[in-house]
Amino acid sequence: MPPADTDTDRTVSEMPDGLWSMPQPTVPAPIADVAEPIQRIRVPASMHYRYTPGTAPTRFLLGLAEKKILGERDPVNGDVYVPPRGMSPVVGLPTTEQVELSDHGSLAAFCVVHIGFGVNAPPTPFVSALVLLDGAATSVYGTLLEIPIEEVRIGMRVEAVWVDDAELTTSFENIRYWRPLDEPDVPAATLQGHM
Amino acid sequence: MADEKSGGTPLLEASLVIEYPFNRTTGPVIGAFLTGLREQRVLGIRGVDGRVVCPPTEYDPQTGDPLTELVEVGSEGTVTSWSWVSNPRDGQPLDHPHALALIKLDGADTAMLHVVDGEVATGDRVRIRWADEREGLITDIAAFERIA
Repeated sequence: MPPADTDTDRTVSEMPDGLWSMPQPTVPAPIADVAEPIQRIRVPASMHYRYTPGTAPTRFLLGLAEKKILGERDPVNGDVYVPPRGMSPVVGLPTTEQVELSDHGSLAAFCVVHIGFGVNAPPTPFVSALVLLDGAATSVYGTLLEIPIEEVRIGMRVEAVWVDDAELTTSFENIRYWRPLDEPDVPAATLQGHM
Repeated sequence: MADEKSGGTPLLEASLVIEYPFNRTTGPVIGAFLTGLREQRVLGIRGVDGRVVCPPTEYDPQTGDPLTELVEVGSEGTVTSWSWVSNPRDGQPLDHPHALALIKLDGADTAMLHVVDGEVATGDRVRIRWADEREGLITDIAAFERIA
């Protein structure tokens, strides 16, 4: 039996009798008598790949290394997209103007996560959040901490908590998580209609 | 690399890994087979027609009936077919050129796929080289080796 893994072996660490749907086979004596017969195996599947973010996300990631959140403006309707993809998904034209955004925003949507996964996930339960940054038309994804889960609500004001300056890299993981701001909520209706 | 379209800014690139930590149950037949490997023994299973299928299957390959009689087979066998891997990739059983072969173990009537360390020909006799540390996986058989 593999060692217990609290991330993935949540409830079924022992197989109850009668679990298998097929008949119990007869097993030759030397094997039938061993302690701890194999009942489950860990078979991780992984892909290793080189990721190239492209020109606009590269600009965005280089900004993050300087603790700046850089969106890009739609040339027609003026919306600021973050993270930028280099073009407007509405009119299909390239975005050309970079716009530095605040690291303050409003909670546009959230989900309470009870089943943790991945190496960077906080202990469960935690709040996974979409944050609409002030001045942006699209929201960014993150984790909301420093607040009891039952007090989380759409429209609450939040701010980014960054890694130490010495740890800044070209990664969105520079933002460790989001936490509440002591400001009045914005009306939820103002958060509707964003991508 | 500088790129005109990125305004001369070098494009970023990163090595990423996506991994799914699958943890699956074996069922009683495969579980016994893997338990056997950990104990340096190989199990097959007797089919409806009396032939021994190795590695064991839960159901008869011909009739689909559930099979229940696991039997021990030998740790030596005969190569029935093979393919040469001259440039092994990451994740393959050995990091140097090797053969992937179908091996019919003594006492079994079907062949299993595994790796032979070294050159091999159809009809060659081979034996199991067990891994030093075994945990109940097919890799508990480190490789097969030709019997000189």
